[in-house]
Amino acid sequence: MSPGDFVALAVVLFTIGAVGVLVRRNAMVIFMCIELMLNAVNLAFVAFARMHGNLGGQVIAFFVMVVAAAEVVVGLAILMAIFRTRRSASVDDASLLKY
Amino acid sequence: MTHVASETQQVVFWLLAVISVGSALGMILVRKAVYCAVLLAVVMLCLAVLYAMEGAPFLAFVQVIVYTGAVLMLFLFVLMIVGIRAKDSIVETLKGQRLAAGLAGIGLLVLLSLTIGHAVLGPPPATQPASFGAGNVNAIARLIFGTYVFPFEVTSALLITAALGAMVLAHRERIEAKLTQRDLSRLRVASGHPAPLPGPGTYARHNAVDMPALLPDGSPAQNSVSPFISHRIQPPEVPAIPAGGAQEGEQE
Repeated sequence: MSPGDFVALAVVLFTIGAVGVLVRRNAMVIFMCIELMLNAVNLAFVAFARMHGNLGGQVIAFFVMVVAAAEVVVGLAILMAIFRTRRSASVDDASLLKY
Repeated sequence: MTHVASETQQVVFWLLAVISVGSALGMILVRKAVYCAVLLAVVMLCLAVLYAMEGAPFLAFVQVIVYTGAVLMLFLFVLMIVGIRAKDSIVETLKGQRLAAGLAGIGLLVLLSLTIGHAVLGPPPATQPASFGAGNVNAIARLIFGTYVFPFEVTSALLITAALGAMVLAHRERIEAKLTQRDLSRLRVASGHPAPLPGPGTYARHNAVDMPALLPDGSPAQNSVSPFISHRIQPPEVPAIPAGGAQEGEQE
Protein backbone atom coordinates (compact mmCIF):
# COMPACT_ATOMS: atom_id res chain seq x y z
CA MET A 1 0.00 0.00 0.00
CA SER A 2 1.52 3.31 -0.99
CA PRO A 3 0.98 6.30 1.32
CA GLY A 4 -0.73 8.06 -1.58
CA ASP A 5 -3.78 5.82 -1.22
CA PHE A 6 -4.08 6.64 2.46
CA VAL A 7 -3.73 10.35 1.76
CA ALA A 8 -6.36 10.11 -0.97
CA LEU A 9 -8.76 8.44 1.47
CA ALA A 10 -8.00 11.18 3.98
CA VAL A 11 -8.80 13.83 1.36
CA VAL A 12 -12.14 12.22 0.55
CA LEU A 13 -13.11 11.92 4.22
CA PHE A 14 -12.04 15.51 4.91
CA THR A 15 -14.15 16.79 2.02
CA ILE A 16 -17.19 14.82 3.17
CA GLY A 17 -16.78 16.28 6.65
CA ALA A 18 -16.49 19.81 5.26
CA VAL A 19 -19.64 19.39 3.16
CA GLY A 20 -21.43 18.04 6.24
CA VAL A 21 -20.48 21.12 8.23
CA LEU A 22 -21.87 23.31 5.47
CA VAL A 23 -25.07 21.37 4.85
CA ARG A 24 -26.36 20.16 8.21
CA ARG A 25 -28.36 22.33 10.59
CA ASN A 26 -28.18 20.29 13.78
CA ALA A 27 -25.31 21.54 15.92
CA MET A 28 -24.53 18.02 17.16
CA VAL A 29 -24.16 16.70 13.63
CA ILE A 30 -21.97 19.65 12.66
CA PHE A 31 -19.76 18.76 15.60
CA MET A 32 -19.56 15.15 14.47
CA CYS A 33 -18.55 16.28 10.97
CA ILE A 34 -15.75 18.36 12.50
CA GLU A 35 -14.59 15.21 14.30
CA LEU A 36 -14.62 13.41 10.96
CA MET A 37 -12.38 16.12 9.48
CA LEU A 38 -9.95 15.83 12.41
CA ASN A 39 -9.83 12.07 11.94
CA ALA A 40 -9.10 12.45 8.25
CA VAL A 41 -6.18 14.76 9.00
CA ASN A 42 -4.89 12.23 11.53
CA LEU A 43 -4.93 9.55 8.87
CA ALA A 44 -2.85 11.78 6.60
CA PHE A 45 -0.39 12.42 9.43
CA VAL A 46 0.02 8.70 10.07
CA ALA A 47 0.53 8.02 6.37
CA PHE A 48 3.18 10.73 6.15
CA ALA A 49 4.93 9.34 9.22
CA ARG A 50 5.13 5.97 7.53
CA MET A 51 6.33 7.52 4.28
CA HIS A 52 9.23 9.34 5.93
CA GLY A 53 9.99 6.63 8.47
CA ASN A 54 9.71 9.29 11.18
CA LEU A 55 7.48 8.99 14.23
CA GLY A 56 6.82 12.75 14.45
CA GLY A 57 3.62 12.38 12.46
CA GLN A 58 2.23 9.84 14.89
CA VAL A 59 3.04 12.08 17.84
CA ILE A 60 1.22 14.99 16.17
CA ALA A 61 -1.79 12.74 15.52
CA PHE A 62 -1.74 11.85 19.20
CA PHE A 63 -1.77 15.52 20.20
CA VAL A 64 -4.60 16.19 17.74
CA MET A 65 -6.63 13.50 19.48
CA VAL A 66 -6.04 15.05 22.89
CA VAL A 67 -6.98 18.53 21.71
CA ALA A 68 -10.05 17.13 19.96
CA ALA A 69 -11.16 15.47 23.19
CA ALA A 70 -10.85 18.78 25.06
CA GLU A 71 -12.70 20.57 22.26
CA VAL A 72 -15.55 18.08 22.32
CA VAL A 73 -15.98 18.42 26.08
CA VAL A 74 -16.26 22.21 25.98
CA GLY A 75 -18.30 22.28 22.78
CA LEU A 76 -20.88 19.83 24.04
CA ALA A 77 -21.18 21.78 27.29
CA ILE A 78 -21.88 24.94 25.26
CA LEU A 79 -24.44 23.04 23.19
CA MET A 80 -26.17 21.88 26.34
CA ALA A 81 -26.24 25.43 27.70
CA ILE A 82 -27.79 26.65 24.41
CA PHE A 83 -30.27 23.80 24.45
CA ARG A 84 -31.32 24.68 27.97
CA THR A 85 -32.17 28.26 27.08
CA ARG A 86 -33.53 27.78 23.55
CA ARG A 87 -34.86 24.18 23.72
CA SER A 88 -33.33 23.45 20.35
CA ALA A 89 -30.10 22.06 18.96
CA SER A 90 -30.51 23.68 15.57
CA VAL A 91 -28.00 26.32 14.58
CA ASP A 92 -30.80 28.36 12.97
CA ASP A 93 -32.47 28.98 16.31
CA ALA A 94 -29.43 30.55 17.97
CA SER A 95 -29.90 33.82 16.11
CA LEU A 96 -30.53 36.31 18.87
CA LEU A 97 -27.67 38.59 17.85
CA LYS A 98 -29.14 38.98 14.38
CA TYR A 99 -32.11 41.09 15.44
CA MET B 1 5.31 -14.17 1.81
CA THR B 2 5.63 -10.41 1.46
CA HIS B 3 3.68 -10.55 -1.79
CA VAL B 4 0.76 -12.33 -0.11
CA ALA B 5 0.94 -9.92 2.82
CA SER B 6 0.83 -6.88 0.55
CA GLU B 7 -2.12 -8.34 -1.38
CA THR B 8 -3.99 -8.92 1.88
CA GLN B 9 -3.22 -5.35 2.85
CA GLN B 10 -4.61 -4.12 -0.46
CA VAL B 11 -7.85 -6.03 0.03
CA VAL B 12 -8.24 -4.81 3.61
CA PHE B 13 -7.46 -1.24 2.61
CA TRP B 14 -10.03 -1.09 -0.17
CA LEU B 15 -12.64 -2.80 1.97
CA LEU B 16 -12.09 -0.31 4.79
CA ALA B 17 -11.94 2.62 2.37
CA VAL B 18 -15.32 1.74 0.87
CA ILE B 19 -16.89 1.16 4.28
CA SER B 20 -15.53 4.38 5.77
CA VAL B 21 -16.43 6.59 2.81
CA GLY B 22 -19.90 5.05 2.66
CA SER B 23 -20.44 5.62 6.36
CA ALA B 24 -19.17 9.18 6.09
CA LEU B 25 -21.55 9.86 3.21
CA GLY B 26 -24.36 8.33 5.24
CA MET B 27 -23.44 10.65 8.10
CA ILE B 28 -24.26 13.74 6.09
CA LEU B 29 -27.33 12.17 4.48
CA VAL B 30 -29.30 10.58 7.32
CA ARG B 31 -31.61 12.88 9.22
CA LYS B 32 -31.40 11.49 12.76
CA ALA B 33 -28.44 12.59 14.85
CA VAL B 34 -28.17 9.20 16.56
CA TYR B 35 -27.62 7.42 13.26
CA CYS B 36 -24.92 9.98 12.51
CA ALA B 37 -23.16 9.09 15.76
CA VAL B 38 -23.28 5.37 15.02
CA LEU B 39 -21.99 5.88 11.47
CA LEU B 40 -19.20 8.05 12.83
CA ALA B 41 -18.27 5.17 15.15
CA VAL B 42 -17.98 2.91 12.09
CA VAL B 43 -15.68 5.43 10.37
CA MET B 44 -13.50 5.73 13.47
CA LEU B 45 -13.15 1.96 13.86
CA CYS B 46 -12.16 1.66 10.20
CA LEU B 47 -9.55 4.37 10.73
CA ALA B 48 -8.22 2.51 13.76
CA VAL B 49 -7.57 -0.56 11.60
CA LEU B 50 -5.92 1.64 8.98
CA TYR B 51 -3.60 3.11 11.64
CA ALA B 52 -2.61 -0.40 12.64
CA MET B 53 -1.86 -1.19 9.00
CA GLU B 54 0.31 1.92 8.75
CA GLY B 55 2.58 0.84 11.58
CA ALA B 56 0.88 2.80 14.35
CA PRO B 57 -0.56 0.21 16.76
CA PHE B 58 -0.43 2.67 19.65
CA LEU B 59 -2.54 5.21 17.78
CA ALA B 60 -4.94 2.47 16.72
CA PHE B 61 -5.65 1.60 20.33
CA VAL B 62 -5.86 5.25 21.35
CA GLN B 63 -8.32 5.79 18.52
CA VAL B 64 -10.56 2.99 19.76
CA ILE B 65 -10.32 3.95 23.42
CA VAL B 66 -10.40 7.74 23.22
CA TYR B 67 -12.48 8.41 20.12
CA THR B 68 -14.86 5.49 19.85
CA GLY B 69 -14.94 4.87 23.59
CA ALA B 70 -14.95 8.30 25.18
CA VAL B 71 -15.75 11.00 22.63
CA LEU B 72 -18.57 9.19 20.88
CA MET B 73 -20.09 8.05 24.15
CA LEU B 74 -20.06 11.69 25.23
CA PHE B 75 -21.83 12.56 21.98
CA LEU B 76 -24.48 9.90 22.59
CA PHE B 77 -24.87 11.03 26.19
CA VAL B 78 -25.58 14.61 25.16
CA LEU B 79 -27.85 13.40 22.36
CA MET B 80 -29.95 11.57 24.92
CA ILE B 81 -30.32 14.82 26.85
CA VAL B 82 -30.92 17.06 23.85
CA GLY B 83 -33.57 14.80 22.43
CA ILE B 84 -33.09 11.50 20.72
CA ARG B 85 -36.04 11.93 18.39
CA ALA B 86 -35.14 15.34 17.04
CA LYS B 87 -34.80 15.20 13.27
CA ASP B 88 -32.99 17.66 11.12
CA SER B 89 -35.46 19.74 9.18
CA ILE B 90 -35.31 19.48 5.41
CA VAL B 91 -36.30 23.11 4.96
CA GLU B 92 -33.53 25.17 3.46
CA THR B 93 -33.24 28.35 5.50
CA LEU B 94 -30.81 29.92 3.05
CA LYS B 95 -31.86 29.60 -0.53
CA GLY B 96 -29.57 27.44 -2.61
CA GLN B 97 -27.34 26.69 0.35
CA ARG B 98 -27.18 22.96 -0.29
CA LEU B 99 -26.23 23.40 -3.91
CA ALA B 100 -23.57 25.95 -2.99
CA ALA B 101 -22.23 23.64 -0.28
CA GLY B 102 -22.05 20.76 -2.73
CA LEU B 103 -20.21 22.89 -5.25
CA ALA B 104 -17.83 24.11 -2.55
CA GLY B 105 -17.20 20.50 -1.53
CA ILE B 106 -16.42 19.48 -5.10
CA GLY B 107 -14.13 22.48 -5.42
CA LEU B 108 -12.33 21.56 -2.20
CA LEU B 109 -11.95 17.97 -3.37
CA VAL B 110 -10.46 19.09 -6.69
CA LEU B 111 -8.14 21.55 -4.98
CA LEU B 112 -6.85 19.00 -2.47
CA SER B 113 -6.50 16.28 -5.09
CA LEU B 114 -4.50 18.56 -7.37
CA THR B 115 -2.23 19.65 -4.52
CA ILE B 116 -1.59 16.12 -3.38
CA GLY B 117 -1.28 14.84 -6.93
CA HIS B 118 1.49 17.35 -7.54
CA ALA B 119 3.34 16.42 -4.38
CA VAL B 120 5.70 13.50 -4.74
CA LEU B 121 4.45 10.75 -2.47
CA GLY B 122 7.15 8.16 -2.68
CA PRO B 123 6.73 4.62 -1.48
CA PRO B 124 7.64 3.89 2.12
CA PRO B 125 11.26 2.86 2.70
CA ALA B 126 11.82 -0.76 1.93
CA THR B 127 13.05 -1.62 5.41
CA GLN B 128 10.82 -0.12 8.06
CA PRO B 129 12.55 0.91 11.27
CA ALA B 130 11.55 -1.09 14.32
CA SER B 131 9.63 1.90 15.66
CA PHE B 132 6.82 1.10 13.18
CA GLY B 133 6.26 -2.40 14.45
CA ALA B 134 6.74 -4.06 17.78
CA GLY B 135 8.80 -1.18 19.21
CA ASN B 136 6.17 1.45 18.37
CA VAL B 137 4.94 2.09 21.90
CA ASN B 138 8.45 2.39 23.33
CA ALA B 139 9.56 4.74 20.55
CA ILE B 140 6.49 6.97 20.96
CA ALA B 141 6.95 7.04 24.72
CA ARG B 142 10.57 8.12 24.21
CA LEU B 143 9.40 10.93 21.92
CA ILE B 144 6.51 12.13 24.08
CA PHE B 145 8.39 12.05 27.36
CA GLY B 146 11.64 13.23 25.80
CA THR B 147 11.48 15.58 22.84
CA TYR B 148 7.86 16.63 23.27
CA VAL B 149 7.63 16.62 27.05
CA PHE B 150 6.77 20.32 27.28
CA PRO B 151 3.82 20.18 24.81
CA PHE B 152 2.68 17.07 26.63
CA GLU B 153 2.59 18.92 29.96
CA VAL B 154 0.77 21.84 28.31
CA THR B 155 -1.79 19.29 27.09
CA SER B 156 -2.51 18.26 30.65
CA ALA B 157 -3.20 21.91 31.53
CA LEU B 158 -5.52 22.08 28.51
CA LEU B 159 -7.42 19.00 29.64
CA ILE B 160 -7.89 20.34 33.16
CA THR B 161 -9.08 23.68 31.76
CA ALA B 162 -11.52 21.89 29.47
CA ALA B 163 -12.93 19.83 32.34
CA LEU B 164 -13.37 22.97 34.46
CA GLY B 165 -14.96 24.81 31.54
CA ALA B 166 -17.40 21.99 30.94
CA MET B 167 -18.38 21.99 34.60
CA VAL B 168 -18.92 25.76 34.59
CA LEU B 169 -20.90 25.72 31.35
CA ALA B 170 -23.06 22.73 32.18
CA HIS B 171 -23.76 23.91 35.72
CA ARG B 172 -27.27 25.08 36.41
CA GLU B 173 -28.06 27.48 39.23
CA ARG B 174 -30.75 26.13 41.57
CA ILE B 175 -33.47 28.78 41.67
CA GLU B 176 -35.69 27.37 44.39
CA ALA B 177 -34.78 25.53 47.57
CA LYS B 178 -34.39 21.79 47.37
CA LEU B 179 -37.32 19.81 48.72
CA THR B 180 -36.45 18.01 51.92
CA GLN B 181 -37.78 14.62 52.88
CA ARG B 182 -40.22 16.32 55.21
CA ASP B 183 -41.60 18.49 52.38
CA LEU B 184 -41.90 15.47 50.13
CA SER B 185 -43.87 13.46 52.70
CA ARG B 186 -46.16 16.43 53.32
CA LEU B 187 -46.81 16.81 49.61
CA ARG B 188 -47.51 13.13 49.36
CA VAL B 189 -50.15 13.17 52.10
CA ALA B 190 -51.67 16.37 50.71
CA SER B 191 -51.93 14.83 47.25
CA GLY B 192 -54.60 12.42 48.53
CA HIS B 193 -52.62 9.41 47.33
CA PRO B 194 -50.23 8.55 50.16
CA ALA B 195 -49.65 4.95 49.09
CA PRO B 196 -47.05 4.15 46.43
CA LEU B 197 -48.23 4.30 42.85
CA PRO B 198 -49.17 1.02 41.23
CA GLY B 199 -46.34 -0.75 39.49
CA PRO B 200 -46.40 -1.14 35.71
CA GLY B 201 -47.48 -4.37 34.16
CA THR B 202 -49.60 -5.72 36.99
CA TYR B 203 -52.27 -8.03 35.54
CA ALA B 204 -51.33 -6.80 32.08
CA ARG B 205 -50.09 -9.01 29.25
CA HIS B 206 -46.46 -8.58 30.20
CA ASN B 207 -44.58 -6.73 32.89
CA ALA B 208 -42.48 -4.31 30.85
CA VAL B 209 -42.08 -0.83 32.32
CA ASP B 210 -44.09 0.74 29.49
CA MET B 211 -47.12 -1.50 30.03
CA PRO B 212 -49.75 0.07 32.26
CA ALA B 213 -51.22 -2.05 35.01
CA LEU B 214 -54.80 -3.20 34.57
CA LEU B 215 -57.40 -2.15 37.07
CA PRO B 216 -60.03 -4.66 38.30
CA ASP B 217 -62.43 -3.50 35.58
CA GLY B 218 -59.84 -4.11 32.89
CA SER B 219 -59.05 -0.46 32.17
CA PRO B 220 -55.39 0.59 32.15
CA ALA B 221 -54.06 2.52 35.14
CA GLN B 222 -52.23 5.40 33.46
CA ASN B 223 -50.40 6.48 36.61
CA SER B 224 -48.62 3.13 36.82
CA VAL B 225 -46.27 4.18 34.00
CA SER B 226 -43.50 6.67 34.60
CA PRO B 227 -44.43 10.05 33.12
CA PHE B 228 -41.08 10.13 31.34
CA ILE B 229 -42.01 7.23 29.11
CA SER B 230 -45.79 7.41 29.08
CA HIS B 231 -45.83 10.01 26.31
CA ARG B 232 -43.93 7.85 23.87
CA ILE B 233 -45.94 4.64 24.16
CA GLN B 234 -49.06 3.72 22.32
CA PRO B 235 -52.20 3.48 24.44
CA PRO B 236 -52.74 -0.25 24.91
CA GLU B 237 -55.81 -1.76 23.40
CA VAL B 238 -58.19 -2.60 26.18
CA PRO B 239 -59.51 -6.13 25.85
CA ALA B 240 -63.26 -6.04 25.91
CA ILE B 241 -64.20 -8.26 28.81
CA PRO B 242 -67.74 -9.49 28.59
CA ALA B 243 -69.64 -10.01 31.79
CA GLY B 244 -68.41 -13.21 33.40
CA GLY B 245 -65.49 -13.39 31.03
CA ALA B 246 -63.17 -14.71 33.70
CA GLN B 247 -65.28 -17.77 34.37
CA GLU B 248 -65.53 -18.53 30.65
CA GLY B 249 -61.77 -18.45 30.41
CA GLU B 250 -61.47 -20.90 33.27
CA GLN B 251 -63.88 -23.33 31.69
CA GLU B 252 -61.88 -23.40 28.46
